[in-house]
Amino acid sequence: MSRNGLMIDYEYCTGCQSCEVACKNELKLPIGKWGIKITEVGPWQVVDDKWEWNYIPVPTELCNMCEQRTAKGDVPSCVLHCLAKAIEFGPAEELAKKMEAKGKKVMMFLP
Amino acid sequence: MKKEWQQQEDGVYKVRTCGWSPPGDHPVGCGMHLHIKDGRLVKVEGDPEHPITEGRLCIRCLSLPEYVNHPSRIIHPMKRAGERGEDKWQRISWDEAWDIIVDKINYFKENYGAESIVVFGGTGREACLYYYPLGFAAIGTPNVCYPQSGWSCYGPRCAITDYILGAGYPEIDYAGYFSDRYEHEGWQLPEYILLWGKEPLKSNPDGFFGHSIIDMMKRGSKLIMADPRLNWLATRAEYHLQLRPGSDTALAMGMLNVIINEDLYDHDFVENWCFGWDEFVERVQEYPPDKVADITWVKEEKIIAAARAFAKAGNSTLGWGLAIDQNPNGVQLGHALLAIVAITGNLDVPGGVTIGPPASLMGKWRVETRAELSEELWDKRIGAKEWPALSTALATTHPDETLDTLETGKPYKLRMGWFNSSNFITPTNSAAPDRWYRALKNLEFCVVQDVFMTPTAMAFADVFLPLSSFAEHDGVVVTHYGRNAVFLGAMNKAIQVGECKSDVEMMIELGKRINPKAWPFNSVEEFFDFQLKPELGFGFAELKEKGLYQPDYEYEKYKKGKLRADGEPGFNTVTGLVELSSTLFESWGEDPLPYFKEPPYSPYSTPDLAKEYPLVLTTGARTYASFHSEHRHVPTLREVVPDPIMEIHPDTAKKLGIREGDWVVIENMFGKAKERAHITPAIDPRVVHAQHGWWFPEKPAAEPSLYGVWESNINTLIPHKHIGKLGFGGPFKSILCKVYKAEDQNFYK
Repeated sequence: MSRNGLMIDYEYCTGCQSCEVACKNELKLPIGKWGIKITEVGPWQVVDDKWEWNYIPVPTELCNMCEQRTAKGDVPSCVLHCLAKAIEFGPAEELAKKMEAKGKKVMMFLP
Repeated sequence: MKKEWQQQEDGVYKVRTCGWSPPGDHPVGCGMHLHIKDGRLVKVEGDPEHPITEGRLCIRCLSLPEYVNHPSRIIHPMKRAGERGEDKWQRISWDEAWDIIVDKINYFKENYGAESIVVFGGTGREACLYYYPLGFAAIGTPNVCYPQSGWSCYGPRCAITDYILGAGYPEIDYAGYFSDRYEHEGWQLPEYILLWGKEPLKSNPDGFFGHSIIDMMKRGSKLIMADPRLNWLATRAEYHLQLRPGSDTALAMGMLNVIINEDLYDHDFVENWCFGWDEFVERVQEYPPDKVADITWVKEEKIIAAARAFAKAGNSTLGWGLAIDQNPNGVQLGHALLAIVAITGNLDVPGGVTIGPPASLMGKWRVETRAELSEELWDKRIGAKEWPALSTALATTHPDETLDTLETGKPYKLRMGWFNSSNFITPTNSAAPDRWYRALKNLEFCVVQDVFMTPTAMAFADVFLPLSSFAEHDGVVVTHYGRNAVFLGAMNKAIQVGECKSDVEMMIELGKRINPKAWPFNSVEEFFDFQLKPELGFGFAELKEKGLYQPDYEYEKYKKGKLRADGEPGFNTVTGLVELSSTLFESWGEDPLPYFKEPPYSPYSTPDLAKEYPLVLTTGARTYASFHSEHRHVPTLREVVPDPIMEIHPDTAKKLGIREGDWVVIENMFGKAKERAHITPAIDPRVVHAQHGWWFPEKPAAEPSLYGVWESNINTLIPHKHIGKLGFGGPFKSILCKVYKAEDQNFYK
């Protein structure tokens, strides 16, 4: 069985930071530490009306992909609470296929 | 929902609920489980069973335990032990609080009449349903006031819809009514979503779950956004119309010009269901796209392309935002936008714009409680006669007239104030809050009900009543305040904190003491049973078990006689049609057709002032981390947004010697505010944006600081009573200013 990963659809990540706070709740992290943290690229103008502005949540060293939750059959806390449903959890092989099918603005983390 | 509403698991008591307030939000009713351990709220987890939110939660709910358990919360009734503005208080019992309050109410009523008492209500929270019965049926005053200049939130859009469509609030059709949502047979995906002056992801406006937009974009919906700021969502739009703040009505009329002159409208709908077509066609000729481009700063070809795209598409929808309300020309804007939807055949169709029934769901214990007042007393409502277009649609006073009355004592003196969840000397809703602050000092006695000590409470409360959060009370959340409710959700009490009580509990207790015949309810459950059973056939206990109730939706009601009390087809307006030309506007002395009027202060209406104040200021864009003035003391949320932020273009910032993160002063002829600069190319070089809602719980409480409420008070730049002819709309989103680097960069010293 392949290892699990987190697939991020950054076409739709709205930068809401629910993943950050949901993760802090799950791992009981203090102010200043994160298990997942949003990075921001942009905004800057590519050409005319086209703008680059992406939010990308990056799992950190502290992310354990919610072992306790997934052992019970629940999804990781960031996946459940993400307002844009832009994070998906699953076997890396399956996620890779989904990424290929989506074709753009998608990435996978193996924290 | 399948699961039980309460469960025990691993020593944790879990209670399902649909959230509302406090802490504030609009009635979105997001589904969640509250985790209680040893009598404390320890965690909040999204509820995957909820049909709209499906487990998703924003950071305000995810950090709810920090709010509920916050050490500075007020959890017992208090009376002031020193002078107003001093931070000196004495804990009292509820009985003592009610004795003091009831004595005062009776005193003012007997000596000066009930109209000498005014109830203020805040935005969005549950209080904005319950401040009506608190005023009318408990206290007995006709003066219930929403103190935002020009009533600039939701009320104008509801009133416009009432007059033009004869219906409840028009909303994007996001399949919210249906338990099977986007899979529902008969529902269609909107091809285009036109978002006008609205960023719903952060604001969840009026009960609409903002991220439904993302759900629909993933399924193929395309966006057209009219917004002076390029926000993140606009980067995903097919057309972003980056207009000059306040020029909206010209842009909407320009789009109508294209749709009509290029014959892209729905002939059948126009011929059968619209009134005033010929005059309307004539009026839009005054707004050719080249002229509109000059007014709005949006390129002519873009106006044309966006108008064509929307009109030629299949079923498409409109989300109209607060920018319609916060604009003295907003009635005309709302009218023009409803016209765009109507003449393109997108009204009351699948994937178009849904319209609520004329009477609101669960409405009878709200504005209808004015029946408790005599006609003579009702006639004394402040500003009602002077502003019939406002007072016909809304049961409140006129907000600007209320400030005039406080200042002048005319037509009579206001003596007692009740602040129901409203912290409005903070830049939340009132324009000229410094003027309100000085005028409110004329009140002899004030009651504040709230969760935390706020600048407004510190300045004015003589008695402070501690309010419970939604985790601590039973209640009902109804999206869109019942005016186009996609569902009704049960709010379930999970814990008790101190002696806090909900709005409903306080209202019943006060009502029983003052006007017992109107308050036969012995519990909150009885109060809700009384409302629910006649309309829906079940009571509160059953709603708790169900979790929530979705009423379903019927399309094309206007064809079936389901919008009018007489059962005739058509709309519930004077003419029975969608009024492109408004009979009622004309009767109130207003132009019956939409027109563009420059904002009261702009580079074009006041060019001399613009020499000193060369930038156009727009205010009030939201963040995920706060609801207006709330949440400033929640550590996790303050980590996300620590400071008040203003946005400025790199070219403008360079010219002014401003660098990223500098504290700057935003100033105009009315006031000034200090915020931190964020330099971004997403805003026009001629425009700046500034956040609202800022005060600093960590700064000194007592006067003159009042938690630093005057330091970043952006609403001091917005003038009093610069409103439209019908009494609606203050210029919160379009005013002039200048910006310079603050001398003192050490803000938190």
